[in-house]
Amino acid sequence: MALLEIENLSVAFPTQGGVMRAVEGVSLSLEKGEVLGVVGESGSGKSVTMLALMGLVPFPGRVTADKLSFNGRDLLTISDRDRRQLTGKDVAMIFQEPTTSLNPCFTIGFQLTETLRLHENMDRKTARRRAIELLEQVGIPSPEGRLSAFPHQLSGGMNQRVMIAMAISCNPKLLIADEPTTALDVTIQAQILDLLVTLQKERNMALVMITHDMGVIAETAKRIMVMYAGQVMEERAADDLFASPQHPYTAALLAALPEHSHGGRLATIPGVVPGLYDRPAGCLFSPRCAYATEHSRTVRPELRPWAGGQIRCHYPLGDPTREARLIADRPAVDTEVSS
Amino acid sequence: MSGPVIEATNLKRVYEVRRGLFRAPGRLQAVGGVSFSLQPGKTLAVVGESGCGKSTLARMATLIEKPTEGSLKLDGIDAVNPPAGAAKTLRQTVQLVFQNPYGSLNPRKKVGAILEEPLAINTNLSAAERSERARAMMTKVGLRPEHYGRYPHMFSGGQRQRIAIARALMLSPKLVVADEPVSALDVSIQAQVLNLLGDLQSELGLAYLFISHDLSVVRHIADDVLVMYLGHTVEQGPKERIYARPLHPYTQALLSSTPGVAGTKRKRIVLKGELPSPLNPPSGCVFSTRCPHVTDRCRAERPLLRVVDSRDVACHYAEDFLAEPPL
Repeated sequence: MALLEIENLSVAFPTQGGVMRAVEGVSLSLEKGEVLGVVGESGSGKSVTMLALMGLVPFPGRVTADKLSFNGRDLLTISDRDRRQLTGKDVAMIFQEPTTSLNPCFTIGFQLTETLRLHENMDRKTARRRAIELLEQVGIPSPEGRLSAFPHQLSGGMNQRVMIAMAISCNPKLLIADEPTTALDVTIQAQILDLLVTLQKERNMALVMITHDMGVIAETAKRIMVMYAGQVMEERAADDLFASPQHPYTAALLAALPEHSHGGRLATIPGVVPGLYDRPAGCLFSPRCAYATEHSRTVRPELRPWAGGQIRCHYPLGDPTREARLIADRPAVDTEVSS
Repeated sequence: MSGPVIEATNLKRVYEVRRGLFRAPGRLQAVGGVSFSLQPGKTLAVVGESGCGKSTLARMATLIEKPTEGSLKLDGIDAVNPPAGAAKTLRQTVQLVFQNPYGSLNPRKKVGAILEEPLAINTNLSAAERSERARAMMTKVGLRPEHYGRYPHMFSGGQRQRIAIARALMLSPKLVVADEPVSALDVSIQAQVLNLLGDLQSELGLAYLFISHDLSVVRHIADDVLVMYLGHTVEQGPKERIYARPLHPYTQALLSSTPGVAGTKRKRIVLKGELPSPLNPPSGCVFSTRCPHVTDRCRAERPLLRVVDSRDVACHYAEDFLAEPPL
């Protein structure tokens, strides 16, 4: 049985201007000890998907799903009391801004031992010993002295290590890292990524890595899920995805990376991510897609199994019948695309 | 061939930090002796982690801050002690584009007013002429004419950065200092803005002082690269040489720890520890506390910049790295 099973998950926020669909029809399953990367531009719904899983979607967001289960437990009907038992213990999360996600009013030691005392019922002494152990594991020098330090006394990299220590303190089965290195410098980023991968291997925990940085994901994840405007566009093994992307969006995103340029101009994706008011009727990527047809502009593609993963596209790039069908469905007349 | 747009020799900037009533103020050397020159139409990228002094360098280049020591010439004119009446011209030759387009545009002004403000202050053009110039600049940076009367909040990040670039170009500067101009943008938008910067450069012959921590962006846009660490230049030279064969251990670590998609399993050099406090820099080589190849000589003697393999590098053992097989 898979550790995490999500089927047709949607998150919607009612606003004055209509219902904002932050996440739409996300399906996913994750095995024990697996590393999944979730990539997407800002506003693609990658963080909200994971917040929904943690039960942290803020009011007035509405979460709906056909199935949302973790380790055999249904997260849709779970009581608040049981959820508090689960989050922080079996599922833990690391956030983007380490310095702001720690409480500035309490010492590192207090915040670390709080988790241990709540979830593991440790007494003060054992918790303190364990906290020192944890800080050592995440590579903080002289951990005993650091226990009485406040978050503002540590650097961003150190605070992120504390966050990681806190997240792994109860041996979670699933660790969700939401842009764990975005706020950090390159050399510190390398340290943190190394640490996460080592911990993941040592403890055989499942790791979900959310990021907008293709490079970070290429170096850590085995399987990758590409999201766009709240939908999963493509989900496949990392090596396959980078070698031969199947969705036009993935291909365009990879081509736009500066490291793929050979001098000259970069490939760009014209236009911007659709907002609340200009959500297309058909494929969400169709206004920016180089291969859009009348068919894809009117009929929204379903998420379907494809080449060892999932895809949401009428004309996957590796489909042999693609060319013929593209011509048959006739290319869409180019309406003006704002850049 | 005209002379360099900007020429900096041994620029230094020291801040005094108060440490309480009874202690002498500390000397914080933010930039400790950086030299470079930049020709029109070229891009110099300054690379380094936070706290390495790259933003202080940008502030000196844009005349916001005076260097404590060293000389700075903009378009051949001394910018540290400008000759009488030259200060205004100097300020017009260099303009700045900031990192965060959400914070750098006045939310209460319409795009038209934002673009016309530099003209209103610095020139005697009439309102009609100003508006005409602003509209011409908007077409140049890829904004549509109807955007003239809109407010910044109505635009996406990429478009705001276009507005910021347009504003910087209103006074036809020769040098544009761009402080992390694309790091707040998504990949697909980042590519659009980088292309725009490239187009404007070839069209207007602009020189860019491009400050960034993203080495793949730098590789795409720069002609020359200057790598800084703790206020000092550790390696400086043509992009091709540095990316093909980094000779300073810090540059090597930076390049190897930049995650890449294309990179099949490269050997990654993971540096230990963090940037030392600039109030209390290491005695010898600034990088000696984190360098994987450190020796006693590094701790005692500060290496000077010298030419090795057609670039400047500040490491005692640069030749040894050159002799080794490439990574």
